[in-house]
Amino acid sequence: MTDDFIIRIRDLKTAYGSHVVHEHLDLDIRRGEIIGIIGPSGCGKSVLLRAITGLKEPAAGSIEVFGKRLETLDAEERAAVERSWGVMFQDGALFSNLTVRENVMVPMKEHTELSPQLCRELADMKILMAGLHADAGPKFPSDLSGGMRKRAALARALALDPELLFLDEPTAGLDPITAANFDALIRDLQRALGLTVFLVTHDVDTLHATCDRIAVLGEKRVLAVGTIDELRAFDHPWVQEYFGGPRGRAAAGH
Amino acid sequence: MANPNTPEFALETSDEQTVLRVSGDWTVRTVQIVDEDLRALESGAGVTLDVSGLGQLDTAGAFVIDRTLRQLSDAPADIVGDHRNAENLIGQVHAVTDVDEPKRPAHGGLVDMLERTGRGFMNMLSESRDMLAFLGETLVTTFRLVLTPWKLRWTSIVSVLEEAGLDAMPIIAFLSFFVGMVVAFIGATTLRDLGSEVFVVELIGFAMLRELGVMMTGIVLAGRTNSSFTAQIGTMKMRQEIDAMQTLGLKPMDVLVAPRILAMVVATPVLAFVGTIAGIAGGVMVGWMALDINPALFLDRLQSNVPLDQFWVGMSKAPVFGFVVALIACRQGLNVGGSVQSLGSKTTTSVVQAIFSIIVIDALFAIFYMEMGI
Repeated sequence: MTDDFIIRIRDLKTAYGSHVVHEHLDLDIRRGEIIGIIGPSGCGKSVLLRAITGLKEPAAGSIEVFGKRLETLDAEERAAVERSWGVMFQDGALFSNLTVRENVMVPMKEHTELSPQLCRELADMKILMAGLHADAGPKFPSDLSGGMRKRAALARALALDPELLFLDEPTAGLDPITAANFDALIRDLQRALGLTVFLVTHDVDTLHATCDRIAVLGEKRVLAVGTIDELRAFDHPWVQEYFGGPRGRAAAGH
Repeated sequence: MANPNTPEFALETSDEQTVLRVSGDWTVRTVQIVDEDLRALESGAGVTLDVSGLGQLDTAGAFVIDRTLRQLSDAPADIVGDHRNAENLIGQVHAVTDVDEPKRPAHGGLVDMLERTGRGFMNMLSESRDMLAFLGETLVTTFRLVLTPWKLRWTSIVSVLEEAGLDAMPIIAFLSFFVGMVVAFIGATTLRDLGSEVFVVELIGFAMLRELGVMMTGIVLAGRTNSSFTAQIGTMKMRQEIDAMQTLGLKPMDVLVAPRILAMVVATPVLAFVGTIAGIAGGVMVGWMALDINPALFLDRLQSNVPLDQFWVGMSKAPVFGFVVALIACRQGLNVGGSVQSLGSKTTTSVVQAIFSIIVIDALFAIFYMEMGI
């Protein structure tokens, strides 16, 4: 049963002080799918990502990742879980004192016994795979444009060939062409590597281009989960406005 | 997840065919085992890859296999055998890595050294020129604002006065007190041999009033306030807040630099005064406890034997120190680039330059007053 679902969230409650972000939130994510998480600004999309990856401790409820509850694991098991996911943060969160190649090598050095030479070769390959040019490797993150930083962050997230990839607004702030390339890249990688992707986004085009299912967050819980067409028929003012608004209609047009 | 199987390979060469047979799990955690051996493989003819025995495969495994295939033969390899994703993955990896490696120019040792020497010298020149330019800009801005006081940012001046002035007071008083004690002790040990311990009063008076009070203040400010100014401004620079300011029509010189300079010029004499008094108190304490010099006698002797000039000599240096510390801090802060590392290195540079400048300027003052006969 747990094999079908890579993440199971039950009755989750998260709060900052007295401000409750989620309450009674349930969500299941299937192995091998790309699930898009949408919702109005401030509804706790990023907080949900932080809760699943263990950066934010839930106030109540349970989160199972790979069939295990993070808080019950000891340090070694936890590290094993952390090796099997990759996280790409909203503005990249690359280590600014390391070059792009060194950034990609960080998880490899930490979690595997690869020789430095092979490490370097693999890092270069990941950089190319993420759609960067080979000469981006020796550059520092501060020398890169926003789009390139996102690709570098993706390369680092993919460094250990994770089964589960978390992407926090991967296309925010990119021009439409770069964003579309990025969508295609995520789709390609997901197909080639059999990834499960947890995608937080505002971008309707990204949802159309990549996602198998979409979960709508709002009112502190998951309002609805389903394919785009199912959600289009879903009767909720925010969801209707989201897909029925000018941007939503434009994205459906192609 | 089961334990991974060890990756294995076999190279079978017949007359015109070479077959690379791979088996076991080829993933990022296992490929290191076979990496060395694979690099040593050689062959010439067309190569076929047999993946029928292959277990798990990820991009790292696919990369190593693809690299080996390239190394064995220029022609693209045929892939035989059934596998879930081998063909797809290897193809994907092959496609992205199919670029020419950029070559780097090589450098000789001597040329490299000469180049670095030249670069270092030019950096030093441009550093001095920039420092002078910044000094001029700061002076112009500050004087302009002093002449038009309604344009000054009083809120930030008061806030800097509090955090760099008031909050620094206890540490400066404390350190000066101990320096006063140390000077009194060392002086007393030497003067005792001459039977004139009471001259400790003059020693403390001259040393604290003229040099040590203001010097200790300068050094503490260079370590404490200077680094915090550089870090504050540097972080703003790093996060593009300074660019934002400029586009909003705010001048960083007016908003960030001038208030800090003015506040420091005002605060440092007060701090130096407190430091001097605390240092003398340290001397009084040692005199009283260890040398049997009554505090009343100490202060009386201090008043009659140490001229007031000495106090003004010390005090005249304080605003200069405050100015220099703030100037260096602001300049280095504005020089920070986009990375965390540059923030760290600029903060270090800032503190080092500030302490260096304070000691050099103090020496210049000493020469100046000596020539003046004070």
